[in-house]
Amino acid sequence: MSYQFDFLALLPYWREFALGVWLTLELSAIATVLGFVFGTLCAIGRSGGSPAVKWAIAAYVEVIRNTPLLVQIFLVYFGIATLGVHLSANFAAVAALVVNVTAYTCEIVRAGIESIHKAQLEAAECLGLSRAQTYWHVILRPAVERVYPALTSQYVLLMLASSITSQISAEELTAVANRIQSDTFRSFETYIVVGVLYILLSMVVRIGFGLFGLLVFVRRRKLGTSL
Amino acid sequence: MSAVVRLSDVHKRFGAVTVLNGVSFEVGRGEVAAVIGQSGSGKSTALRCIDALERIEQGTIEVCGHAVHDPKLDRRALRCDVGIVFQSYNLFPHLTAEQNIMLAPTCVKSLSKADARTLARDVLARVGLAEKADHYPEQLSGGQQQRVAIARSLAMQPKLMLFDEVTSALDPQLTGEVLKVMEDLARGGMTMILVTHEMSFARKVASKIIYMHKGTVWETGPGAIIDAPQTLELRKFVGGEM
Repeated sequence: MSYQFDFLALLPYWREFALGVWLTLELSAIATVLGFVFGTLCAIGRSGGSPAVKWAIAAYVEVIRNTPLLVQIFLVYFGIATLGVHLSANFAAVAALVVNVTAYTCEIVRAGIESIHKAQLEAAECLGLSRAQTYWHVILRPAVERVYPALTSQYVLLMLASSITSQISAEELTAVANRIQSDTFRSFETYIVVGVLYILLSMVVRIGFGLFGLLVFVRRRKLGTSL
Repeated sequence: MSAVVRLSDVHKRFGAVTVLNGVSFEVGRGEVAAVIGQSGSGKSTALRCIDALERIEQGTIEVCGHAVHDPKLDRRALRCDVGIVFQSYNLFPHLTAEQNIMLAPTCVKSLSKADARTLARDVLARVGLAEKADHYPEQLSGGQQQRVAIARSLAMQPKLMLFDEVTSALDPQLTGEVLKVMEDLARGGMTMILVTHEMSFARKVASKIIYMHKGTVWETGPGAIIDAPQTLELRKFVGGEM
């Protein structure tokens, strides 16, 4: 068996690859920011909300973590269309990714929140800080710092998982690849290129998180120790 | 002398265990009261009740004009008048000494960052740590951390300071530096209640000794009662301690 690799056949498609990479980054970036915000709010609700709120968030988290992402994407895209609301593929893709990653973020941030010693909260309370101020200054900042590596992995995973949105023809990197390989019949080469591009994207995401972490966690930057 | 703190017949239970069984005492303005007693005698709980960290079942607690026993208590207003320092320092690990101190004045009293920084430098100087402003808690010794914790409370300009076994986690040398800060505070006229096992410090600095035993105030009086206890229990306690 011999196979003649011909990567040059893909050269005319470089623009499409680039657009795919760009959309993948865009989808993941939006889903990361929104997922972090909503996930953190869910974590706060789950650790300090009323019993009804805690129950509702727990149920949501369990449903999301125990169903495939692809099914969630189909539910958002086709399900909502059935209700008469037409969503663009890209919008549905982002929405589904946010719904998905929010649940995972909630659990990770909650672990961080629970790692904060009760005495810290008592100290904040005794200084007269309100609940909101305590959450913001005393709980969330060290909590997120502690789980930052786990969050980074989760969002790299999110970026890779965004490839599944090709199934509803969001034109991200994998969808682009699918089209190119059916045009060129160079599937081996196409997916090797895509694989390499995903590795590069992962590195970009990791480096981005690393730099952001240095910016935000001043103590860590100065002392180099973990909390 | 007007009372800053007045406890009357305070009862506190944790489940089936009665921790405070009718505690009454008063601390006047400028007074330094040392609460002593065995572990489990309820002294830390009494202190925590004064700062509304525990809800009491019966009795009344008045602190700087606040009815602490009242369910409608304005806790934030109480906390502006009362500072408390814990055995485990409880500094915020992600903030520098200065930022630890600036947090409450900026959040609670809406001081500007610049004013809060000036205030932080000022209180750090009072506890002898002016040069440690930019250090993080993990870069400080236990004694230094505890002095920063005291400075953090002082920055809120409290009318009353509570100290809950603040030197129990420290070795004798570090204990000395923390006690010196507390002594300076006492000399400056601060009203203080300290739960302590440092008998010699209590005798030297306290104007009032409150000996607690089995959830009640067993014996109370000036520092001299440590040398001449009236009750058998206190005699045994100081005999065992010293």
